[in-house]
Amino acid sequence: MASETRRVLMDPLIHNNPIALQVLGICSALAVTTGMQTSVVMSVAVVAVIALSNLSVSLLRNMIPTNIRIIVQLTIIASLVIVTDQILKAYVYEISKQLSVFVGLIITNCIIMGRAEAFAMQNPPLKSLIDGIGNGMGYAAILLVVGASREVLGAGTFWGIPVLPLASEGGWFTPNGLMSLSPGAFFVIGFLIWILRTFRPEQNEAE
Amino acid sequence: MTTARYILMFAAAVCLVCAVMVSGSAVALRDLQAANAERERQRNVLFAAGLANPDEELSEADMAERFAAVRAVVVDLETGEELPDVDPATVDPLVEAGITDSSRAAPDNLARIRRVERRSVVYLVEADGALDAVVLPVRGQGLWSVLYGYLALEADLDTVRGLTFYEHKETPGLGGEVDNPNWKALWPGRRVFGSAGEPIIEVARAAAGSVAEDPHRVDGLAGATMTSRGVTNLLRFWLAENGFGPFLERLGADAGD
Repeated sequence: MASETRRVLMDPLIHNNPIALQVLGICSALAVTTGMQTSVVMSVAVVAVIALSNLSVSLLRNMIPTNIRIIVQLTIIASLVIVTDQILKAYVYEISKQLSVFVGLIITNCIIMGRAEAFAMQNPPLKSLIDGIGNGMGYAAILLVVGASREVLGAGTFWGIPVLPLASEGGWFTPNGLMSLSPGAFFVIGFLIWILRTFRPEQNEAE
Repeated sequence: MTTARYILMFAAAVCLVCAVMVSGSAVALRDLQAANAERERQRNVLFAAGLANPDEELSEADMAERFAAVRAVVVDLETGEELPDVDPATVDPLVEAGITDSSRAAPDNLARIRRVERRSVVYLVEADGALDAVVLPVRGQGLWSVLYGYLALEADLDTVRGLTFYEHKETPGLGGEVDNPNWKALWPGRRVFGSAGEPIIEVARAAAGSVAEDPHRVDGLAGATMTSRGVTNLLRFWLAENGFGPFLERLGADAGD
């Protein structure tokens, strides 16, 4: 059981990453990864929502009538997201303004609904909770790497602290403006998938 | 087990639990959120007036210190006179604009403002006893939402010192670029009034020139024609006779004495 739990938790990090392998949840990964702070807050929000939605769906899995299961899952997810959004607006107002619509869009993040439908509907609560945390962490891992690369390359800062001396302020580093824009995230995620599949060739799709 | 009756009961129960959860969190966190929004509004008065930089963290003490140079004044919009006996903290112009007794119907206008409050709160920035800048609250329809912000004018009551919006729901990346620091940096130095004293400040369709070449126009926001037009319309509304026109005229006349 211990190794099973470990597998459920760790698999989504590299072996079966929701962004890198399943290519889900790309929309928000592109939009909010301009810096570390927004990436971290978004990651925490998604981990919380996916863990709780998996848990609640799993607890109800034997009671949910099959014909309305998707709308029930969505109602639960939407409620959790609204509560998360309210908490962010109350405690991290500045960052919640930067995240703007993308917290609300967690509702439509395919990873969350995907895990509810594919895992939580068939598995017991504790295991579903761990699966939710694992997949949330898998999403978070990519977000943090992309957020860090984009902030360092696009603005020369990390967590708002200058790390590369900017040419405009007498240093040598010229920020790459592309990295501050959403297409920059496409390149970084593309690179990550490339690296991952080079070392794990079994992740390549069959020709 | 899954009879129609069961399905309906189950759906109703899920909705009820979720509704309680959502409204419970909204009610419990409302005060904190309102305090955040109020702080954000005050910060924006400072940004517009050039007394603070959006990049810096401001503690409560910093805010209080910088607000020392700022005097909030209640103004009667129709006469332009100050109402020195009214405490600005007790006046919320946005609330008053929604109440029939404390507002008047606005004539048809492009900013799509239906009712105008009878009195509003403006912020006078003073340096060495003389007027340094005046910060006016402005609002008007963009594409999706009403934009709420502050326009700061220099002591000549014509030159822009800053423009900033503290609340709107325009499209992120398009109309939402009204928050872009680079765009906001285009505003200082522009002149709002034409030679006949009418507001002619404009967000252009495309790029505008520098302050010296194009004193009355600012670059349009790419992909956000409606928001750009909205900004033009709301500024012109609030600078004209139904907005702060009478107040600016009175303030200018006082300064001229």
